[in-house]
Amino acid sequence: MNRWQIFTRGIISENPVLVIMIGLCPALATSGTVRDGFGMGLAATFVLFFSNVIISMIRKLVPAEIRIPVYILIISTFVTIVDYAMQAFQPDLYRVLGVFVPLIVVNCIILGRAEAFASKNSVLNAALDGLGMGIGFTLTLVVIGTIREILGNGTFLGYSVLGSSFKQYPVTFMILPPGAFLVIAVLKAMINKYVRKEI
Amino acid sequence: MKNPGLIFLGAFLVNNIILMRFIGLCPFFGVSTTVETATGMGLAVIFVMTLAAWITFGIYHAVLLPLGLVFLRTAAFILTIASLVQFVEMFLKKSYRGLYNALGIYLPLITTNCAILAVTFLNIDNRYNFVNSTVFALGTGLGFTLVIITFAALRERLDQAPINPSLKGYPIAFVAASLVSLAFLGFSGLFGLS
Repeated sequence: MNRWQIFTRGIISENPVLVIMIGLCPALATSGTVRDGFGMGLAATFVLFFSNVIISMIRKLVPAEIRIPVYILIISTFVTIVDYAMQAFQPDLYRVLGVFVPLIVVNCIILGRAEAFASKNSVLNAALDGLGMGIGFTLTLVVIGTIREILGNGTFLGYSVLGSSFKQYPVTFMILPPGAFLVIAVLKAMINKYVRKEI
Repeated sequence: MKNPGLIFLGAFLVNNIILMRFIGLCPFFGVSTTVETATGMGLAVIFVMTLAAWITFGIYHAVLLPLGLVFLRTAAFILTIASLVQFVEMFLKKSYRGLYNALGIYLPLITTNCAILAVTFLNIDNRYNFVNSTVFALGTGLGFTLVIITFAALRERLDQAPINPSLKGYPIAFVAASLVSLAFLGFSGLFGLS
């Protein structure tokens, strides 16, 4: 597998949320608007990239028996950095994302990539993998956020796109929890039909 | 909102951890295939969640807060929960064989269950005292169990239903979750909780 494939597979063919179905909690909870989804995606990408790089650097030093606690400590260090940086620079976003920022530490994507890829590959490959997976995660959140924000609120990034009459009677259902489940159900069904035809 | 009864109802129904807060979805979709496994998982979660709430309450108020180490809470809590789960597993295996046989296989899965960690963070963010923390953890655990068992019963029926092949598996489970979630939306506003 060449470097380009390592980088791009996280975006479509091995998209963590829509294909592998991990990291579902933040994908559903923080995708009510495009801005929240993008913020969550960036935060997770930051943690994924740096934890992959560090874990790849120390992969020959860590004894196999204690590797999981070591990985969790490294990941939680970067999560704490994101947590405090977001509180300081983006307090509004932090208020919306709330408990989901510290919960990045148990996001299965990050520990999954650490265990399955970064602990066995070179630093450069691990960095590309982390970046690709992070971009795939962010894109998925932005797509879900776009659908939910346009239908549920009639806006995109806060700008009105469907006119004032729609804004008066939006499909409020879409920004509430049931809408999130429905959007991801439809996206997953489309992936099953058009991307993974063997299913 | 300081009344323990209201905190319990809020955590149990109104702000149900799975359907309203979207926490703990991985075990929700992974283990809810039969009613039997869902019950085991639910009981294990109630048990560990309450223990974790007690222990992290102690760690936060007796160690992190006095020493000014609050910034370490993410690392401290996740490591506490991971070791707690290991410890509970060993203890049950040795002393309560029956309980271990019922819950044993679900315990390792709980370490990565974000619901446990979320409850410990929410207890601190909401500034709950010891009683309220316990009640909140119990309510959340019961809410998790109620939903996961209901959903498992639904999925047992779904397996036999004739559906489009591209909807099989996860997509139809998400559609079902959406409908159950819609039903739970009916609880919002109950006793003035939102």
